[in-house]
Amino acid sequence: MVLTAVASLVAVPLVVFVLGPHLPPGKGTDQAAGQVTDNTVLTAVMTPFVCFILVFLAYSMIFFRRRGSEIEEGAAIRGNPRAQTAWIVITSATVLFFAGYGTWALLQSGSGGGQGHDPMSVPSGPKLAVQVIAQQWQFSYRYPSYGGLETSQLMLPANRLIELHVTSLDAVHSFWAYGLGVKADATLGADNVVFVNTRAPRPFDIHCAELCGLFHGYMFDKGGVVDASTFAAWIAKQREVFQAVARYMPAYATTYAPDPQRRAG
Amino acid sequence: MSTVSVPAERPPLLRRLVGFNLLTAVILAAVGYYAGWWLGHQITAPSLAYFADTSQDDVALFLAYTLGVVGFLVGIGLLNYPVSRMLGRPSSIHDLKEHQRTSWTRYISLCTDHKVVGLQYLIGIGFFIFLGGVNAMLIRFELLRPNPVFPPGQYLTLVGLHGTMMMGMMTSGILGPFGSYFLPLMIGSRRLAFPRLEALTFWLLMAGGVVLMSTVFYGGFPTGWTGYAPLNDQANMGMDAYIAFFALVGISMTLLAFNMLATVFTMRAPGLTWGRLPIFVWSIVATAGLNVLAAPVLVTTLTMVALDRTAQTGFFLSTQGGSQFLYENLFWFFGHPEVYILAIPGFGILLELLPVFARKPLWGYRLGVAGMLGVALMSFFVWQHHLFVSGINADLRPFYMLSTELISLPTGFIFLCALGTLWRGKIRYDVPMLFCLGWIFNFLIGGLSGVFLSDVPSDVTTHGSFFSMAHFHYTIVGGLIFTFFAAVYYWLPKMTAVELNQRLGKIHFWIMFISFNSTFAPLFAIGFLGQPRRVATYPSNLQFLNDWASVSAFVLGFSILIFLANLIWSLVIVRHPAEENPWHSKSLEWQVPTPVPSYDFERIPVIDSDPYPYGVERPPPAPIPAITPAGR
Repeated sequence: MVLTAVASLVAVPLVVFVLGPHLPPGKGTDQAAGQVTDNTVLTAVMTPFVCFILVFLAYSMIFFRRRGSEIEEGAAIRGNPRAQTAWIVITSATVLFFAGYGTWALLQSGSGGGQGHDPMSVPSGPKLAVQVIAQQWQFSYRYPSYGGLETSQLMLPANRLIELHVTSLDAVHSFWAYGLGVKADATLGADNVVFVNTRAPRPFDIHCAELCGLFHGYMFDKGGVVDASTFAAWIAKQREVFQAVARYMPAYATTYAPDPQRRAG
Repeated sequence: MSTVSVPAERPPLLRRLVGFNLLTAVILAAVGYYAGWWLGHQITAPSLAYFADTSQDDVALFLAYTLGVVGFLVGIGLLNYPVSRMLGRPSSIHDLKEHQRTSWTRYISLCTDHKVVGLQYLIGIGFFIFLGGVNAMLIRFELLRPNPVFPPGQYLTLVGLHGTMMMGMMTSGILGPFGSYFLPLMIGSRRLAFPRLEALTFWLLMAGGVVLMSTVFYGGFPTGWTGYAPLNDQANMGMDAYIAFFALVGISMTLLAFNMLATVFTMRAPGLTWGRLPIFVWSIVATAGLNVLAAPVLVTTLTMVALDRTAQTGFFLSTQGGSQFLYENLFWFFGHPEVYILAIPGFGILLELLPVFARKPLWGYRLGVAGMLGVALMSFFVWQHHLFVSGINADLRPFYMLSTELISLPTGFIFLCALGTLWRGKIRYDVPMLFCLGWIFNFLIGGLSGVFLSDVPSDVTTHGSFFSMAHFHYTIVGGLIFTFFAAVYYWLPKMTAVELNQRLGKIHFWIMFISFNSTFAPLFAIGFLGQPRRVATYPSNLQFLNDWASVSAFVLGFSILIFLANLIWSLVIVRHPAEENPWHSKSLEWQVPTPVPSYDFERIPVIDSDPYPYGVERPPPAPIPAITPAGR
């Protein structure tokens, strides 16, 4: 027990102060920062358990090994009610803490996870809606507040609350904006809402995180959080570029029903 | 057992090969396959006109697979007994003639001896797992470079074949070989409850393995082992192989589990109460319970997918009024119990072997049983943690977060039992024990990394990334496969009556243990840094970690070759006869002679003690004088 305590006393601060700041996915948004804290808390609470089991295992393996080649019998201990009760109480308390803490963290702002069409945790404040449309094998983005403008690149204004609507035109995809701390599955006929509070301007990576067919591994992209004036200029530029094709676009909707899939042959 | 049979004269080899065996099975399977293929092409309907344009004929392929498997089973001789009963012949539990029961040809025939089926399972499953392992090597080969080497379709097929083959075959990886062989011996029975059913489950699984491999002739399949809709509807004919394989696995699992449950419930030796059941048998009960409840859901779901692909229904197609979410829910309702179907037999082997090598009774027997049954029960209430970010039922996430985290409690019981059994033991580091200790280390990491996936905020980053892939390889390879090898080194001397080389075994363990951790630990980091699963490309800054994992994986593959070399060296070349009881085990299966006689027990034993009578009872240690202010 003493060894475990010593090992834990050394390991837990290391986890919190040395490993913690490097845990994913960085602090680019409120949601991402929340995940870093969450990952740090989980790792720190689990560290004493790792210390206990490894210390116990190593101690047993060294001090209870059989010396010599004869078969020797160990002590006939069949259990220890106090140890069993203590273990059950400690692990139960930890697990309930995890569940409670996770639920609390989730309720803050949805933690960057997809919440379906009827979100459970809705942060207050004015929101900028942006739609993410996944299809085999690329993402495109629509800005309903700018006339349903559709672009091939994702740009978000800094320090804003963004409401992302994720949907798909074919297979199940997953929109994973790593630096934003956002992941939401894109499903045909379903609207998946995610909230994210952006912070300072920075670029971020986008991947598809659900196997969606042949070129799943090639379905990645770069997006950016930019300051308000750059964003306004970018939007104006996009309107100009996509003006010619805008009239062929379907009206903005939360989901789209494309023609049924045909097999490739 | 009183009749003494005179050994019959053995007919020449050619005569012995004529009749119902693997050869006829393969021939009839081919006949059935082409008959189905032909029949399917005779079926026309307006809704199928589309197939004709694309040379895709799923109807024909499904019929070919179905009739092919039926032909295979007829060829192996599964209809012989019902037919002979209909003709009025007397009943028998044997399908083989007297002289065939001792010939090597019983291993390629329908044999109702549970010991033969156990070895058949070990060889058959071992073969397909080896193929799955080769796929894994090819996947790691692809990931040596950030840019793709294989064409994308080929790579996804490799990924899908690896996952599906391993998941499908390892469901019976312990129950098949060791359950079939040792369950009757451990409970003092001469056979399983349904010997013919036992043989059927094995041959179904083998037919399934061949069906899955046939996907390469039909373009492979792009969905991985999860087979999500609507990609499974969009995919080419190779997808049908996946569907047929998993459905066959599901049927085989269900039947195997019913057989095991019936055996444990009804055929225990006198005096073998539930409280005296070896812990490995308890793990079989827990796993079999999961099998019979989860596997039928898989079979049903895949039947619906097959109907979507052939009869143009739309169960899982939202464009036709169905729902992809329905598929995701049904699949994971099977899929999550499935991973415990893989893990629980490993718990059983661990707790069964630790007392033998620590020379102590199992510590906390009831806690261990509660752990296994608890995991089994709770595994039906956690499946939506695979769907935390899917956009379904956002309000249910706190419940599934709680239930998923609660399942770590019964898993924790297993750790406590294992550690308690080691405490004050006299530990011997034989090869099976090394693999069990490896389990404790690996499963600790595997289990705790699962907490990140059960907690919604951290799952947002880890879901669908290499992190979750590393997590379940730690639990399945580090847990199940390590205990599988422990079981092989522990029980194979009993099964084959030949000793395995211990030195090669230790070399195998150490190389495997180190390379396993060296392969999968970096994958946690790769996932944390943002690499999604099942990709052929990745950012170049992750190349070092990927290369490290790949090279370690090749060493891991090499360690398996050492194991195979050990098998060939020990079983084929040296053939040093094994001792009756090399580990000085006190459990029932080691008390029968080696090689195990075909009737198992001369006399059904009467059990009058608990299964782990190890250790010496000592007087309780003198109480340590307590130092209190009052001095007492």
